[in-house]
Amino acid sequence: MNPRDIPPEAFHASGAEVQALDFGYVRSPDQDHATPAQHPVVVIGAGPVGLSLAIDLAQRGQRVVVLDNDHKLSIGSRAICFAKRTLEIWDRLGVGQRMVDKGVSWNLGKVFLKDEQLYEFNLLPEEGHERPAFINLQQYYAEAYLVERALQLPGIDIRWHNKVTAVQSRDGGALLSIDTPDGAYQIDAQWLVACDGARSPTRQMLGLESKGRIFQDRFLIADVKLADEANFPTERWFWFDPPFHPNQSVLLHRQPDNVWRIDFQLGWDADPEEEKKPENIIPRVKALLGADAQFELDWASVYTFACLRMDQFVHGRVVFAGDSAHGVSPFGARGANSGVQDAENLAWKLDWVLKGRASPALVATYGPEREYAADENLCNSTRATDFITPKSEVSRLFRDAALHLAREHAFARRIVNSGRLSVPATLYASPLSTPDTDAFVGTQVPGAVLLDAPLTKQGQPTWLLRELGPDFTLLVFGPAPAWTRDLPGVKVLQIGIDVTDHQARAAQRLDALPGTAYLVRPDQHVCARWRTPTEAAVRSALAHATAAAL
Amino acid sequence: MLNTQPNLQACDDFYEALIATHQGLSTPESHAMNARLVLLLANHIGDQATLQHALQLARGSAVPTADRRTTPAITPVVPTHAVAA
Ligand SMILES: Cc1cc2nc3c(=O)[nH]c(=O)nc-3n(C[C@H](O)[C@H](O)[C@H](O)COP(=O)(O)OP(=O)(O)OC[C@H]3O[C@@H](n4cnc5c(N)ncnc54)[C@H](O)[C@@H]3O)c2cc1C
Repeated sequence: MNPRDIPPEAFHASGAEVQALDFGYVRSPDQDHATPAQHPVVVIGAGPVGLSLAIDLAQRGQRVVVLDNDHKLSIGSRAICFAKRTLEIWDRLGVGQRMVDKGVSWNLGKVFLKDEQLYEFNLLPEEGHERPAFINLQQYYAEAYLVERALQLPGIDIRWHNKVTAVQSRDGGALLSIDTPDGAYQIDAQWLVACDGARSPTRQMLGLESKGRIFQDRFLIADVKLADEANFPTERWFWFDPPFHPNQSVLLHRQPDNVWRIDFQLGWDADPEEEKKPENIIPRVKALLGADAQFELDWASVYTFACLRMDQFVHGRVVFAGDSAHGVSPFGARGANSGVQDAENLAWKLDWVLKGRASPALVATYGPEREYAADENLCNSTRATDFITPKSEVSRLFRDAALHLAREHAFARRIVNSGRLSVPATLYASPLSTPDTDAFVGTQVPGAVLLDAPLTKQGQPTWLLRELGPDFTLLVFGPAPAWTRDLPGVKVLQIGIDVTDHQARAAQRLDALPGTAYLVRPDQHVCARWRTPTEAAVRSALAHATAAAL
Repeated sequence: MLNTQPNLQACDDFYEALIATHQGLSTPESHAMNARLVLLLANHIGDQATLQHALQLARGSAVPTADRRTTPAITPVVPTHAVAA
């Protein structure tokens, strides 16, 4: 079936039905071209990253071809935890609410040692954010809603059953060879973005590498569907050395449809084939849930983890994003979440370059910005993995000391690392930021993602992030100077005039005084701020942020 | 900077108390207690440069850097909304 003919309700069906969706092969007119058809942007891979990128570009008016060798959503459940920032990005892409409606929202986590709760933490302890710290949602649902959205946009041409078999990079573009059920063809891309996952055939075809560490540990992931509403609340529960799985860690998470994700650390000596057998999994699950628990095994797999990244994400006109560029261990849910941030970083830059509003130097800045973010993710997830699986006797000693102290002492709770959960990277050293010349306090430094805040507009509730423009936004606390109206492609948002900061949270989070202005990029990162902006300073920051001044 | 000039008010008393605190503990229990003590005192000191200096002096040779490709220039600062208790 032509995917565009799939009825909308098919995307809203049960997990089993959604996973059974089969996107048919449709022959493209490009396959009958005598010479390779030309396309401005080609994305390889219809995973969460490729789809998010394609939607962002199409919403900006670009035409995008997405090639995927498969014809189905991701199999089984891989990612389940989608972070606040990812939801905010998906809000911009028109799918955030869909994800939140289906997903299980959570902010609370609990940490146990043996059979005792050590402490609990709240990832979003303050009011005044539209989105929760996390939702849990099976990756196939997230992909289904992204595909559904992509099919609504005329600019996106997703070609299932289109396997990229060769990539030839050249000045000004790349030539792709593609296999389909009825033969091979070629297309020519002005820009090529590889979102083709951890094994990235594109990376291999170009002779590039991803380097890093492989962790000598194995984890069993079991998704179980409980017969009754479970007694566990909607929280992240993490055990160190529980009686039901001694000497190892266990993680429990709730997903939609009364499915629970249980993640058992197995150690390096475990035999993955044996551990995958239901007769070995079921007793482990019963040990956790109780001997009488009624459940079905929905999905199980055994994983090892690696922390890897490419040296450079931009290679001329070929750009890598998501797992193809970097891979992290899952403690902290940083894989898909950071990949979606890659996509949003790249989308507006490609759009600006394709529209001739900026030079290719702007796309080149995607490299250092997201390589830095990848390092931060890798650092956090490596540290979490090392804490959970101590590599030496002394690291176990200190790990256990921290756990022991955490029971009573707040300071030690901050040392306990069961996965620092995904937060957006602050791009401290971004070449697109203009350093502060005025004094500010707080976290909203140039390079940070703008924090959300509740506002009202004409008496109706709204949110700061929703009021930002598709391109740059100049936030001004109070009346904006007249010259701001002539800034090209900049939405001016006057807080206190266009919108009301009725709880004063925006002013507090941004350390704003009357007259304070923030210049916000299309990807909602702050790039400059002033106590009293001048036209020259704002224009210069804009030139900087679009790489015109690099 | 780490203060290595005499600073303990009653050094003999402290030393005696330290040894006494270990009394009756097995060697593994003593090691565990020492580890907790290091964490408690480190939190009290708080300052990263001072602690780094102490780590260096305690080891007596260069402290190897963590096995990571790059150390972020700044320890990632999480937004206030994500600071776990
Ligand atoms: C058990 C597990 C748990 C996880 N939990 C989380 C979590 O809670 N939160 C989180 O954020 N992340 C999590 N992750 C990571 C997350 O699943 C990945 O980071 C995410 O899927 C990466 O998305 P992507 O779009 O980069 O790549 P992928 O999802 O791998 O998509 C790549 C796409 O490229 C296509 N492709 C490959 N080769 C070709 C080719 N030659 N031609 C055309 N198309 C091709 C593939 O068919 C596929 O559709 C988890 C991963 C695992 C395994």
